[in-house]
Amino acid sequence: MPPRLTRTQLFTGFFQAGIMGFGGVLPIIRRLMVDEKCWLTQMEFNELFSLCQSLPGANVVNLSFAFGAREAGITGAAAAALGLLCAPVCIVLGLAWLYGQYGALPTVRHALLGLAATAAGLALGSGLRIAVPILTLPRNVLLAVAVYGLAFGLHLSLPLIVLLALPVSLLLAWRAAP
Amino acid sequence: MSLNMLGQIAALFGKLSLLAVGGANSTVPEIARITVGEKHWLTASQFSQFYAIANAAPGPNVMIVTMLGAHVAGIAGGLVATAAMVLPAGIAAAIVACQFNKHREARWRHVAQASLLPITAGLVLAAACVLARQSDTGWLTAALTLLTALCTWRTRLHPLWLLGAGALAGILFL
Repeated sequence: MPPRLTRTQLFTGFFQAGIMGFGGVLPIIRRLMVDEKCWLTQMEFNELFSLCQSLPGANVVNLSFAFGAREAGITGAAAAALGLLCAPVCIVLGLAWLYGQYGALPTVRHALLGLAATAAGLALGSGLRIAVPILTLPRNVLLAVAVYGLAFGLHLSLPLIVLLALPVSLLLAWRAAP
Repeated sequence: MSLNMLGQIAALFGKLSLLAVGGANSTVPEIARITVGEKHWLTASQFSQFYAIANAAPGPNVMIVTMLGAHVAGIAGGLVATAAMVLPAGIAAAIVACQFNKHREARWRHVAQASLLPITAGLVLAAACVLARQSDTGWLTAALTLLTALCTWRTRLHPLWLLGAGALAGILFL
């Protein structure tokens, strides 16, 4: 184990990642933690990130909580998460205010319509990046299509979807695991 | 009134926090279903615009929640929504990460990940379709969505270039 980090180090490190993380914080935070500050090796980072991915919640935010807690306990988790979130939250609050003030201006409105269509494309593209590699297994195809249908077609609530799909998925994955 | 609203925001996103399977984007269909369809806090078109603004801003993609909270109940609403969405899952992650360090056990994590992946895939694709339905009003917006999806899927082009091009296309042609 490398020497433990202080709360100030955690806050400033994650602050940098948050404010530079345009279009996805993950690559930035990996470079910062592994290449620049050498807080973790690539393997330790992968392990921690895959742990955060197998838990609910925003992955990168979870990573800040988990890493902060390991390094400096509860206050470390708070320092890392606040560092990551405070600048983006302030910026988004500012943008929400600007939207309220100027969102109805014709030029802004047209730009936002184009922006929204593009962002839907971003969501579709990153969805395909997640979905396509795992759709080689029939059970994954079946589950993904079922969940998609329940959410988009039938408008079921998310708790219900998770309640229906998770036990089946867990059972199938458990039986397939080595 | 305002306190009641903050309570509603906290309850909604606090519940979704622990249901965000594989990341925040999985909750987008549910957030849209409740905030647009049930509570009528905003229109479908506004929802897709908020998602876009949150994506264009720096930071993790939970920022859609901040944007929604701020729209409904100002700065306090934005802060409450963010805290509610981030805290339950974050605390769970912190606890598990500290326990996990002590006894490394790979099997449950492997099973958990393998079982969450297809659910995540279904949910994020549903999220994309919800957003596309909300924002694609004609052939031009639909073309923008498809072109962006192709670029995101197949190339390593930075999302900010795509968003910038989309906004410009909106100003010029929409």
